[in-house]
Amino acid sequence: MKLPRQLADIGLTLGSVLLAILVTTLILIAVGAPPGEAYRNLLAGALESPVKLADVMTAWVPLSLASAGLLITFAAGLWNIGIEGQIVMGAVAATWAVRLFDLPSLLYIPVVLLAGMAGGLAWAVLAGVLKTHGNVHEIFGGLGLNFIAAAFTNYLIFGPWRPASRATMSGTAPFPSTVWLPNLGGLRVSPLALLAALIGMIAVYVALRGTSWGLKLKAVGKNSRASQLIGIDTTRQMLTSFAICGALAGLGGAIQTIGVYHRLIPQISGGYGYLAILVVLLAGMRTVWVPPIAFFFAAVGVGSPRLELRMQLDSSLGGVLQGTIVLFVLLAYGLRVRLAERKSER
Amino acid sequence: MQIELRNIHKHFGPVRANDGISLRVQSGTIHGLLGENGAGKSTLMKILSGYLSLDSGQILVKGRPVSIQSPAQGIRHGIGMLHQDPLDFPAMRVLDNFLLGRGSRLRQHRARAKTELLQLADRFGFPMDPEEMLSTLSIGERQQLEILRLISLGAETLILDEPTTGISTPQKVQLFATLHRLAAEGRSVIFVSHKLEDAEELCHRVTVLRHGRVSGEIEAPFQSAQLVRLMFGQDLPPSERATIPTGQPVLQLDHVTLPGPRFSIPNISMTIRAGEVIGLAGIEGSGQRLFLHACVGLVRPSSGQILLDGQDMVGQSYHHLLKSGMAFLPANRLEEGLVEGLTLAEHCILTDRENMPFFVRWSEAREKARQKISEYNIQGTPDSPIESLSGGNQQRALLSLLPSHLRLLALEHPTRGLDVESARWVWDMLQQRRRQGTAIVFTSADLDEIRERSERIYVFSGGNLSGPVDATETSTTELGMMIGGKAYEIA
Repeated sequence: MKLPRQLADIGLTLGSVLLAILVTTLILIAVGAPPGEAYRNLLAGALESPVKLADVMTAWVPLSLASAGLLITFAAGLWNIGIEGQIVMGAVAATWAVRLFDLPSLLYIPVVLLAGMAGGLAWAVLAGVLKTHGNVHEIFGGLGLNFIAAAFTNYLIFGPWRPASRATMSGTAPFPSTVWLPNLGGLRVSPLALLAALIGMIAVYVALRGTSWGLKLKAVGKNSRASQLIGIDTTRQMLTSFAICGALAGLGGAIQTIGVYHRLIPQISGGYGYLAILVVLLAGMRTVWVPPIAFFFAAVGVGSPRLELRMQLDSSLGGVLQGTIVLFVLLAYGLRVRLAERKSER
Repeated sequence: MQIELRNIHKHFGPVRANDGISLRVQSGTIHGLLGENGAGKSTLMKILSGYLSLDSGQILVKGRPVSIQSPAQGIRHGIGMLHQDPLDFPAMRVLDNFLLGRGSRLRQHRARAKTELLQLADRFGFPMDPEEMLSTLSIGERQQLEILRLISLGAETLILDEPTTGISTPQKVQLFATLHRLAAEGRSVIFVSHKLEDAEELCHRVTVLRHGRVSGEIEAPFQSAQLVRLMFGQDLPPSERATIPTGQPVLQLDHVTLPGPRFSIPNISMTIRAGEVIGLAGIEGSGQRLFLHACVGLVRPSSGQILLDGQDMVGQSYHHLLKSGMAFLPANRLEEGLVEGLTLAEHCILTDRENMPFFVRWSEAREKARQKISEYNIQGTPDSPIESLSGGNQQRALLSLLPSHLRLLALEHPTRGLDVESARWVWDMLQQRRRQGTAIVFTSADLDEIRERSERIYVFSGGNLSGPVDATETSTTELGMMIGGKAYEIA
């Protein structure tokens, strides 16, 4: 009974992904681009060489960390749209720590990463407190905080933290190399960052699967009224879930600064937070599906600039593909729920 | 306008809300529709006004069969309904509310409508400021506006569902005068209520519903006793009851006032002793739920003291009170009691507050669930999602999840929706709790259950608490009278 249903689920998902690819293909045809060549370029742009693959993994790290965090807030039934700002504030806090200290690498890097986590955590808890104590829905609170975080970053880059030479859009002065995350053989990706993302994913998996805290979180997400009557402190659960999500997002932001750009730049997150929401939605909030889907999204993101270079297409076509897939998968689930309701009504 | 309902059937799943109801309302009369909770009054009126569709049966307006599929169609046939909880828009102005429901012309003639509203208001003597925000009006004033709106839309039959709940006495007097006037103008009024006094004072004719059927129809003047018998059925001889000695006071309410959304319940004083059972009777929404919530700290009284073992507990958190042995079992088992989507084993983990290791021990939790399944005779497995259990088994699960030691257990409709066997089993469990010294407070819509199971009974009626009544000495008729708001001297 259970197996056919799971098979039907997978079939449904695959079908909607195919449908999304079909729609993207139609768009490609409509703009006069040969679809086969476009997809080939997209794939090659992401996977053709170790350098490209390393770039994909570099994008995969913050995306997975943010997605892991979102699994926690989604479990509690929260729409943590503010995750984008939490990544940014993680980067800001990390930069602040870089500027404040001058330590040997072995100490410097952990301190900066911890500062990044604290920055993301604080920004997330702010959104949480706005919800639990200020009655501001987390979507609106988070969205507002995202704008503030972005504006604050720009202020720092053009104000107090501008390079000695002159303020520029390219960000603060480069960090000392003692705080750079070590790379592997000249590739951009840092094994330390990969390890951090992996640990983050596993920790979230364990927390949701095997701890009483995770179970309470799920209870709150499924029915907060009953959870409260059962005796769960729903406010505390929500705030801790915001905190953990924010810490993971902040870690991603810190890695962007000391692992990728080696400085704080405007748009340091570049939309990974929003993209992570799509990843988690596409994964149906199931932890094991998040790493591969995040990889796919990262690959499309890294591969699509080549559409512009080689075929004079807009690189946002990658985003169109990502968005259409999510829409069609959600649509398929929505229709299935609706059909099930009809059936039970009869 | 003459209205006739012929053999109306309506069921919700297995529940027959209307089971072949026939009713005739003459023009120019005020027709009362009486019955206890779940008798089918509201369902029948929602069918007549177009909010619900009927399964079978016929509606005749002025002798002609009609089909009413929506409230808009209802009003086109001249039938308008005033709902118990006003279906208006508090965030809009009085005039905007008045304009709602009029055709779909692009331009609303505000000025013309304003004149019409003021003229109508003047005719009925309602003070009305068209530009005021609706949210500043009292329930009674909102009711008046709704009556004016329906009349201006051409309603010749007005249905009022429990209109006297939550309005002041002068407003009630004015409402009754208005209804008399509407009847004198040739309109008909259907007055849905559970209040005997109101029905006796107002109605020309009364139809009583019970369990989805017509149990009787009487012309004015009415006799209360007769109405109560039709509403609640015959008195049953009291059954044998277990004698369990009561102990020390557990909870004492001292001049407590409870704030409700529509009315507050003033000046409650009560002592609940260990091992005692207190039944709370009354029409749903008369404050029983508020009272149960206050007992366990979910609602904070606006004044007065609630003493738990002699210590004032007002202001203590529900979580703290849970730990000191208070518990509340809600009637909406799947909305408030259990978490849909989680298994029985997961519920065991979540409710075992004393022993909750950070890392879940799944095999231990399943073992615990298995124990509860056999001890409480639950049809299910540790890994069954809780919503897959039947209603009776959900109630068993809820009871099994309560802490082993309880000072006070507040239950809302403990046997609602259960078959006879499950209901008896629930009470057996509760008797065991009593022997351990747990005090029990419960609400029920079933007066027989209240009489049979409790020692003392309190009755809620439209914001007032009366009693206590000794359960062994009272009768269904007497309780029905009290629920109907008839003054009753405390013996």
